[in-house]
Amino acid sequence: MVFVNDPIKYLDAVIRDLLTGWGLSNGLSTVIIYFIGITVLIIFAMVLDIFLVWVERKVVARFQDRLGPNRIGPFGIIQPFADIIKLIIKEDITPGGADKFLFNLGPVLAISSVIILWAILPISSKIFGVDLNVAVLYLVAAGALGTLSIIVGGWASNNKYALLGAFRMVANMISYEIPMVIALLIPTILADSMSVQGITQAQGGMWFAFLSPLALIIFLISAIAELGRSPFDLNEAESEIVAGFHIEYTGMKFGLFYAGELLHAFTFGGFIAVLFFGGYGGFFGLEKIGLFSWLSNPFVQAIVFLAKAMFGYWVIMWIKYSMPRIRIDHMLAFNWKFLTPLALVVLVNTAILGKVLAGFPNWIYVLGMFSSNIVIGFITIQILRIYGRKQRNTLLKNSSTNGKNQEQVA
Amino acid sequence: MRNEWLYIGIFLVIGIIVPIVPLVFSRLVAPRKTNPIKQSTYECGIETVGDSWVQFKAQYYIFALVFLVFDVETVFLFPWALSIKQFPLFVVMEGILFISILVAGLVYAWRKGMLEWE
Repeated sequence: MVFVNDPIKYLDAVIRDLLTGWGLSNGLSTVIIYFIGITVLIIFAMVLDIFLVWVERKVVARFQDRLGPNRIGPFGIIQPFADIIKLIIKEDITPGGADKFLFNLGPVLAISSVIILWAILPISSKIFGVDLNVAVLYLVAAGALGTLSIIVGGWASNNKYALLGAFRMVANMISYEIPMVIALLIPTILADSMSVQGITQAQGGMWFAFLSPLALIIFLISAIAELGRSPFDLNEAESEIVAGFHIEYTGMKFGLFYAGELLHAFTFGGFIAVLFFGGYGGFFGLEKIGLFSWLSNPFVQAIVFLAKAMFGYWVIMWIKYSMPRIRIDHMLAFNWKFLTPLALVVLVNTAILGKVLAGFPNWIYVLGMFSSNIVIGFITIQILRIYGRKQRNTLLKNSSTNGKNQEQVA
Repeated sequence: MRNEWLYIGIFLVIGIIVPIVPLVFSRLVAPRKTNPIKQSTYECGIETVGDSWVQFKAQYYIFALVFLVFDVETVFLFPWALSIKQFPLFVVMEGILFISILVAGLVYAWRKGMLEWE
């Protein structure tokens, strides 16, 4: 029973008893226990990553009206293992002029920047790496490290296309980090905490997705941009710069970039679940009723969390496979002229309204927050509509005068 | 508190070792027959022209400058965001004053045409 209710604490006690029984000091056994726990967590993440390769290939196939891998194993689920064996036995070519150290560092950073995010991912109330009190800032820092892997890889390849991909990634990252950080401030304000456990527990009654739907949308868009996935995949735009930053990578190094991107997307799906959809909890108080008390079991919570993360991952995939790539000037203008001002407005709204409505009953607070977001969204759409109409009219006027000129010339 | 950062430290070390393992494994089993043609830089099938580390647009620098202003100031917003619940509306307003300075910077950059990609 103890194991079912709090597996980590139970295993910690068992192993600690064993190690101190061998005559090791308490501090050393802590380090060894951390070592074992971290290794298990990372192996879980890597196995999940292999599974994600299969999910991605199967889902993209369905989006493109194909069958996808279906030969090896049931529904082709063994396919990723075959891919890994193939990638490992392929020759690893380093281009002649490459900066060897940085060239090898790129793919390593691509995976490790994602793995270190798993240290703070709250899989359930009892199963998690560590509950940092600055987890939100840790998320931003680790996200920047993932971008660094692309920059390093692109620069060290000694290839013009790879370098162009790296430049675009820099522009992408430095732009979309701003709305992302501001969107992260909103769960922080609502939960009054920067730890992911605190944010999750604050959503026991009401998901932040309902309190601030605009913040959710802003975070989703900037997370996709930070991942460098379509429609923001300018860093690897196949049709313009061939494959961008990973053009010179072969074999397992390419495989690491690919696996890192998938795991990154899944991890961001998990963070969207934590920040806006209640993470492992968020049952609107259902778990307090006796009949549903099994919902607060750590294993059930872990399943709920992984399901929510998978849903977030699926939404990111859905966007990836149904949107065309946008141009770099549009991408930067979209961020600086639309997303950043909108994020600032939502932040100010959350801060003031959260303070004003704090004394009222809960349902007025929720309703006020939700409707204020809807109003802001509506006003934004109206402003965009007026602006779009104005621009369209000037374009039409110009084209019509051009037409007249051509007629006169003729 | 100290244990948390010990955990993060061990996590960082293992997190860096894990992706190196398949690379080392690949090094052991993969063939290694290199030649200058194989090592040459890819450029759509033709010989590479000039230096690969080319100059880039100055526009990237301008965006980096705008980013720097914002990034530093958003970090200052986190302590404010954490203390909103404890402090009166007056303190919230002071934070908003700070945000409006941020907005003024953005408007200035916008009016100066820094956000246009030429």
